[in-house]
Amino acid sequence: MSPIWLKVRNVALRLLQAVPTVFGILVVCFLLTRALPGDPAAYFAGPMADAASIEEVRRNLGLDQPLPVQFLTYVKDLAQGDLGMAVSTGQPVMAELANRLPASLELTLGALLLSFIIAVPLGVLAATRPNTWIDHICRFLVTAGVSLPTFFTGLALMYVFYYLLNWAPAPMGRLDMMYLPPEPVTGFLTIDAIIAGEWEVLGAALAQLALPLITLALFTLAPIARMTRAAMLQTLGSDFVRTARAAGLSGRRVLVTYAFRNALLPVVTTLGMVFSFVLGANVLVEKVFAWPGIGSFAVEALVVSDYAAVQGFVLSMALLFVALNLLIDVIYTLIDPRVGEEA
Amino acid sequence: MNRRDFLKGATSLSVGASFLPLFKVLPASAASQETAVVVIGGTINSLDIHRSGTNRDSYQVAINCYDRLVSFGTKQMPDGSLSYDYDNVVPELAESWEISNDGTVMTFKIREGATFWDGKPVTAHDVKWSLDRAVSLGGFPTVQMKAGRLSSPDQFEAVDDRTFRITLPFPTKLALPDLATPIPIIINSQVARANATEDDPWATEYLHRNPAGSGAYRVARWDAGQQLVYERNDNWMNGPVPGFQRVILREVPAQSTRRALIERGSVSASHNIPNKDAKELASKPGVKVISTPIENCIFSLCTNVDFEPFKDKRVRQAVAWSIPYQKIFEQAAYEQGVPMWGGTPTVDEISWPQKSPYSQDVEKAKALLAEAGYQDGFDVPLSFNLSHADWAEPAALLIQQGLADIGIRATIEKIPGANWRTIALVEKKLPLHLENFGGWLNTPDYYFYWAYLKGNLFNSYNYDNPEMAQLVDDTLDMTMDNPEYAPNVKRMIELAFDEIPRIPLWQPTLNVAFNESVGGYEYWFHRQMDIRALKPV
Repeated sequence: MSPIWLKVRNVALRLLQAVPTVFGILVVCFLLTRALPGDPAAYFAGPMADAASIEEVRRNLGLDQPLPVQFLTYVKDLAQGDLGMAVSTGQPVMAELANRLPASLELTLGALLLSFIIAVPLGVLAATRPNTWIDHICRFLVTAGVSLPTFFTGLALMYVFYYLLNWAPAPMGRLDMMYLPPEPVTGFLTIDAIIAGEWEVLGAALAQLALPLITLALFTLAPIARMTRAAMLQTLGSDFVRTARAAGLSGRRVLVTYAFRNALLPVVTTLGMVFSFVLGANVLVEKVFAWPGIGSFAVEALVVSDYAAVQGFVLSMALLFVALNLLIDVIYTLIDPRVGEEA
Repeated sequence: MNRRDFLKGATSLSVGASFLPLFKVLPASAASQETAVVVIGGTINSLDIHRSGTNRDSYQVAINCYDRLVSFGTKQMPDGSLSYDYDNVVPELAESWEISNDGTVMTFKIREGATFWDGKPVTAHDVKWSLDRAVSLGGFPTVQMKAGRLSSPDQFEAVDDRTFRITLPFPTKLALPDLATPIPIIINSQVARANATEDDPWATEYLHRNPAGSGAYRVARWDAGQQLVYERNDNWMNGPVPGFQRVILREVPAQSTRRALIERGSVSASHNIPNKDAKELASKPGVKVISTPIENCIFSLCTNVDFEPFKDKRVRQAVAWSIPYQKIFEQAAYEQGVPMWGGTPTVDEISWPQKSPYSQDVEKAKALLAEAGYQDGFDVPLSFNLSHADWAEPAALLIQQGLADIGIRATIEKIPGANWRTIALVEKKLPLHLENFGGWLNTPDYYFYWAYLKGNLFNSYNYDNPEMAQLVDDTLDMTMDNPEYAPNVKRMIELAFDEIPRIPLWQPTLNVAFNESVGGYEYWFHRQMDIRALKPV
């Protein structure tokens, strides 16, 4: 078999391994939502409803059936790609996810990119010049990043840049009311605006994105910078770097080709971890900036025991993480040839 | 995407060519003569008020986009602000009506020339279909219709295209005002029927996304979870012409963000702001705050008579004498509202809500407790709904202190909003809790019906008194000029204050903050923004 086929087979195997995981998540999530206190039928029937209309809502939601029957119906609908209705927002769960996941991803990926661009060079510089001013800046940013809660950073940035200076646009979602969203292709407003060639809209979308992006980036910068610094320190002190230096290779070559490439592995792992917790943690940022993302949707759904919405959210997150882990493994093989050979 | 195409692609709503150059002309600030921007903290989850699961914030679509047969007039409040006028029912889609001498038959004449958005004339058949829908779908609409004694399609009859008749089982003062609530909207039955299916004869799926009405505004765009754009219907003739061509409703969940937006002048109005902000924003330049006491609504502390110590009326009275009312009014209500304590010992008038005779008097409270055999106090959980934490939490803490002064040890329990209804209102098992019921129909007997009759939803404290039940039953449908009306209501209030299962704290306000450039706001009992009244200053 050619190496390409080997890789494809490995990827397929990894995907197969994810099936029991996802199914397990389905079952656990289904049971957990049912175990939540509160009666969704009573809630959605409204405060004035009488017993008969609550029963009717219960029947409409399918909650009068025994649990195993409910589960079978759920799996059957799922197989047909139907995630059910989110009663709390009145939209199909699929439509909600399709609308909101790109909004959250745009924010999260943007923030990760920004923090990656800042944190990695910062970490490398801090490692190569320990205890200089750049190391202190790195340490300060890392401490600030982990210790400031995101909603506080968000509010503080909003206060300064919108309320006091009026540099930032009104924090009212993804696009100012002046503009119309571009034709949805990816769901990422910035990318869609580029595809449609609407530069004004792109500018407006970026302006709305700026503050929440910086807020999240400050938060995600910390673990990445710290990990980069630590990993660089470790590789710089290792034998092969000393050998390379002794062999008379240029400082730059040693740093970039030998030390940095090896230090990148733990950084990529950290990036994957940071991504996963940020996608959940950005709910506060979404609230502050009225960002129509998936985090606020999930929290609202959870509060009112909107089963279909919670299940849809958990399922999409599970699939996202399976994909993410796979992606990180693939990136590993690109960075580190040893991983590919072992697999 | 070409901006001019957006409506074709993004939504299935039919929109005429007249409002195509939509957003291009829109300035960034709210100071426009044409467009108003309103922010709310909640979310619109349906455009159909009759659908089960439709939340409170969505009622405003029924108010702004649909007409009812009748509406309420306007009155000026003592502070100069405007309010709807419960005592003055005015025409909306019906240009006139007659009530038979025995009070059981109401005949409405549909306004000549009134049309739906698609140009189809509004007929009595549309009215019949719409009211049939409201009483048939179940859930909140059906309950609200029942409050006006409207419960069966047999009561509604389209006599001819412009004449509509309602037959009541017995005369009642609640029927006509009930027709002016947001529920009995008139829907374009032709459009709705064309989109109904066998499983869904009332077209709930279609109307959920596509309103089909005759109202002052239509929905130009609905981005669920983000915004709703109203566009004025220039053919509307069922009321005064609305002041704004376009109103954009934006959902901004964080209260601090909403406050920054209104302070900065980025939006025209911020609806339903907390008391604290109302107090602080009132002194800011460029912002005006209108606070209106919510009719027929009292924030109260309820003592459940199923809880052993509260079975004794003297214990309930002792609790009522122990509460630091003034402090609560200052720290939980930020002095927005009307005090509901320290009234006269006797009931002298029938206005409602009115001050209870109680105030903080620790000695009196202690004496009553000792008399009832509880001089050593007892333990009791004090519960509140987490969704109301902004006022309930400080109030609960102060009540806890007041109770501690007379030896009652209260522990505070916070209950998530989604569970509140089941635990507090349906199972009725919370011994001591804070409650905020307010009735849409503004008569005291209506309030007592919901809050003091055994088994009724807002009697979350299991109060049961045959005399009260008889009084409410006798009075509920009686006209207000009936000679028995005033004495009956007076007796109800006397009973409520003497037996005091529900201890009034204060009458809350609905606070709305406005940019200086917007005027015309009118308070409504449904507590939603009626954008039809807004106009540029």
